[in-house]
Amino acid sequence: MSNSATLKAALGGWPPAVLDPAGPYAEPITRLAWALLLGGTAVLLIVLAALAVALWGKPALRKRLGGDRTIWIGGVVFPGVVLTALLVWGLWLTGSLQATAARAGEMRVRVTGEMWWWRVTYLGERGETVIRDANELHVPVGQPVLLELESADVLHSFWVPRLAGKMDMIPGRRNLLRIRAEQPGTYGGQCAEYCGGAHALMGFVVVAHTPESFARWRAERLAPPPPVSGRGPELFLASGCAGCHAIRGTPANGTAGPDLTHVGARRSLGAGILPNNRGTLAGWIADSQTIKPGNRMPNYKQFSPDDLNALAAYMESLK
Amino acid sequence: MRSETGFDPDLYQRFPTQEERPAEEEEELRRIWCAPHGWEYLTVVNNNYVGIFYLGTAFLFFLLAGVLALLMRVQLAAPLMEVLPQATYNQVFTMHGTVMMFLFAVPMVEAAGVLLLPQMLAARDLPFPRLSAYAFWAYAVGGLAFFASLFVGLAPDGGWFMYPPYTSKAYSPGINADFWLLGIGFIEISAIAGAIEIIVGVLRTRAPGMSLDKMPIFAWAMLVFAVMIIIAFPSVILATLLLEIERAFNWPFFDAARGGDPVLWQHLFWFFGHPEVYIIFLPAAGMMSMIVPTVAKAELVGYRLIVLAMIATGFISFGVWAHHMFTVGLPPMTTGFFSAASMAVSLPAGIQVFSWIATLAIGRPRFNAPGLFVLGSIVIFVTGGLTGVMVALVPFDWQAHDTYFIVAHLHYVLIGGMVFPLFAAMYYWIPMVSSRAMSERLAKWVFGLMFTGMNVAFMPMHLAGLMGMPRRVYTYLPGSGWDMLNLISTVGAFLFAFGVLLFLIDLARNFRMAPGGGNAGNVYGAGSLEWLPTELYSTRSIPVVKSREPLWDDPKISDNVEQGRYFLPRSATGLRETIVTSPLLAEPQYVQIMPGPSVWPLVAAIFTAFFFLALTVQAYMFGLASGVITVMAMLRWLSETDRPIAQDEVDIGAGIMVPTYMTGPRSHGWWAMVILMIVMAMISAMAMFGLAFLWSNQPTFWTPPALLGEGAPIALGYGLVVAAAVSSRWLHRIGNNWAVAPVLLAGLAAPLLTWLDIRMWSAVLAPDASGQGAAVFAILSLQGTVAAIGILFAAYLGWRALRGLITPTRNSTLDLACLFIGYCGAQGLVGTIFTRAVGA
Repeated sequence: MSNSATLKAALGGWPPAVLDPAGPYAEPITRLAWALLLGGTAVLLIVLAALAVALWGKPALRKRLGGDRTIWIGGVVFPGVVLTALLVWGLWLTGSLQATAARAGEMRVRVTGEMWWWRVTYLGERGETVIRDANELHVPVGQPVLLELESADVLHSFWVPRLAGKMDMIPGRRNLLRIRAEQPGTYGGQCAEYCGGAHALMGFVVVAHTPESFARWRAERLAPPPPVSGRGPELFLASGCAGCHAIRGTPANGTAGPDLTHVGARRSLGAGILPNNRGTLAGWIADSQTIKPGNRMPNYKQFSPDDLNALAAYMESLK
Repeated sequence: MRSETGFDPDLYQRFPTQEERPAEEEEELRRIWCAPHGWEYLTVVNNNYVGIFYLGTAFLFFLLAGVLALLMRVQLAAPLMEVLPQATYNQVFTMHGTVMMFLFAVPMVEAAGVLLLPQMLAARDLPFPRLSAYAFWAYAVGGLAFFASLFVGLAPDGGWFMYPPYTSKAYSPGINADFWLLGIGFIEISAIAGAIEIIVGVLRTRAPGMSLDKMPIFAWAMLVFAVMIIIAFPSVILATLLLEIERAFNWPFFDAARGGDPVLWQHLFWFFGHPEVYIIFLPAAGMMSMIVPTVAKAELVGYRLIVLAMIATGFISFGVWAHHMFTVGLPPMTTGFFSAASMAVSLPAGIQVFSWIATLAIGRPRFNAPGLFVLGSIVIFVTGGLTGVMVALVPFDWQAHDTYFIVAHLHYVLIGGMVFPLFAAMYYWIPMVSSRAMSERLAKWVFGLMFTGMNVAFMPMHLAGLMGMPRRVYTYLPGSGWDMLNLISTVGAFLFAFGVLLFLIDLARNFRMAPGGGNAGNVYGAGSLEWLPTELYSTRSIPVVKSREPLWDDPKISDNVEQGRYFLPRSATGLRETIVTSPLLAEPQYVQIMPGPSVWPLVAAIFTAFFFLALTVQAYMFGLASGVITVMAMLRWLSETDRPIAQDEVDIGAGIMVPTYMTGPRSHGWWAMVILMIVMAMISAMAMFGLAFLWSNQPTFWTPPALLGEGAPIALGYGLVVAAAVSSRWLHRIGNNWAVAPVLLAGLAAPLLTWLDIRMWSAVLAPDASGQGAAVFAILSLQGTVAAIGILFAAYLGWRALRGLITPTRNSTLDLACLFIGYCGAQGLVGTIFTRAVGA
């Protein structure tokens, strides 16, 4: 499967993500959603039927409809009963889904919303930083993962509809959200709280691995990076890229932008908006402002085609 | 029958009177109420004119914001379109929401109140015609200037709820956000002016005998509407003020890094923002409840239930605001409460819908233009209400929040709950103000296009939201599966727009303003008083009201009214006047002399607008000059009121004598001042809430406040201010010549106390250092503002006292100054203690 096909499947399409849950923190909401959609449609039909009777019904029927009793039944008793039942269901569900503090041994990931990308930090037992990444969240299937949601600038909202409801990222606060994917695969998400400029182009994916695959991924990330040399790394360090980006094992240690240590392994580029390959990497470096207007990375048009290619190849090699 | 004021209800038996009225009386009424000509036409204050201008302007904003919607729909018709660049789109969607909510919806219903209420209540005008004129002009000038910011690319782009920190200086450095904050902040002031007018108008200028249970349901709706504005708008006025201060002076109310909290904005905004939805819906529902009985030719079923439902809506709506914040991370206890309240609020809505259905069932419904829009409204509104119940459930909202599902929901509610009723109302009431009715044939097309277009545009958005499409996106990627849905929505939006266009064509063909009589008349056969024959002075005489549908129950009433057989068949004082009645049973109390055309409200409004615009573009000197001119114009306008006239008592018909002047709690001016004080108290209370909120959410940033003991002398001083205001009124009542002195002194002393308090706090806190400092100094600044206005009051009172205009019987100015300065002291007292108590 090509990267771009993965992305499309992850970000949308049929069936609607909210109605196609992939884990226990989304599934009960889907059940509720179906009950609400079907129940709501039924109530609408009843009201339409009452309206039709009022307009065209037989005189006897209309007479029965035309009194205070209709108002009491339709406006007070019926909604009162239905809404009370719904409220109980809703409260119970809220209590059971709302994330609580981390349980012992639970995997914790801090996701920080930034204008307009996601900083992803895998935390250790004591909350220390273990792995740095961006715009992609790797989780093992069948295990709950606690997300600590923060913001570096303005409000954002973290939302992977197939795994859980959304939760806002607010400066000065740390919100918790628990997700758990039951099947391996990629699950798309997008920033849901308007955050200015490129809010529309702030996507990400959650990648759920089988336990073996996750262990492999984790080992790769923790392994010391291979030494690098050549035109690509030289250009990277000489052109100011390192001012914002870090690549572990090199002098590049900027923190303003996404960590690029494993940029070549990502499923997408530009926070979920482009497939990731040498061509798109080169295009992004030279002209990210056309691809994602307003993003914080300036265009780097000064590179010759060869240099650009070398730099893109270097990025692509960072698996 | 019991009496409320000592008025003998048997006196109503004298009407209709039998003797012929002299013909000159009608000529005199015409002369007194005639509108000025030429350029002075702009100085009219009569509700027949101001109401129409107001409605026309609000409808213009509906069209403008509608065009913005079409632009957005074109941009979203396909993925990665480049019709509107990102920055422009973000401005356009912000302006669409802002203009629709603040410049169309609220002003539109308020304008409908200005136009319709006096006619429905058979008053000659609203009690403060110049205030209406001021509210209208401030809104029109300010609103158009605000809209124009779009053409120079300076429009705000933070979304209509302007969440910080995106809208703070750090992330929105341009003046775009300032346009929103100052522009909207001041349009809210205009809304409050209108609300004061409406409350006093509904409670005090009803036709004699129109007790609260005979009041037209629209008047009930407007009463609840106006009360809600008084409670809700102060919150957003404060919020805009705080954010503007943060932007201008770097006081960190919403900056988490310095002990502020962006969530505070959300609370303040939605405490206003959700009631706002019902503020828009209730008057429209009130219109529906007027139109449905006429369409069905039957009395409204469940009048009392509807009134109760409206009042319940008003109450509950203040307990639902946090349902916009279910994803903020509030504790489950909190979200549970707001979830329950949000569901509960659908009960009163259901009551109204089913009473309309029941009314249609007992009547013989006609499918005329208002009838069609009424039916369309019910269908659309119920759909929106049902999705509303869905998102009231916290877990479902976690998914639906901030997606196109919400976009669909809110448009169903607002278009079904406000726009369709409004179109029904326009078809229904245009014959009252135009010499020709609208075309029924064209109306079927207008309705068909709008109804179809609405559903085609917004139904697919539910699905788009469930498919993961967030709101406020300027584009989306191909392959996301949203393409087809968005294309359908765009087609629907244009169908809707064609419907509106047809309506405009019809309007151009048939609308001919006829405020001075000669209107198309009661074409739908309604039963309420606004269909009495009227001219500029409203009805020739003011009828005694004995039922809810007087025109249905007394076929001769129109003729009797026109022959002058009821109250006030002439101008009793030779001036513009109306009868002020008691709030519950509407017993005649006195004749209010009403002001006529004046240029000063217009001048004050224009310079108020200039003042705020000047602040926005940081032309401070110009702003200062505009502010001074505004205050001068207002004082000039005030100085023409509260004048002595020759007669102390007049005959208002059938030998019933009432005074021409009233002071104290029974006067309409007192009522208005009390309402204004509630507004100020709400602003102040919200500021104190802000302080307490920051303390509970950012305790690590707290400095122990200045000691309560040190503040004691200041608190005592404020207490003396209150005592002085009270004693002035008392001294005046016992006829003391120096009655004015204590309140004058108190008015001058209050600012000194505020100044002392500011000095004391400056030693402990800096306003730009922490959220606490910012909040404390915000409370002090509010106090300073109130105290400064208090000086103006004192000066105005002193000037009138020197000119001998304060007499034992004519002392409204003294009364109002005592009220205001007394309030100033009370607010200061509470603030002094509260600021020192939080976190002590």
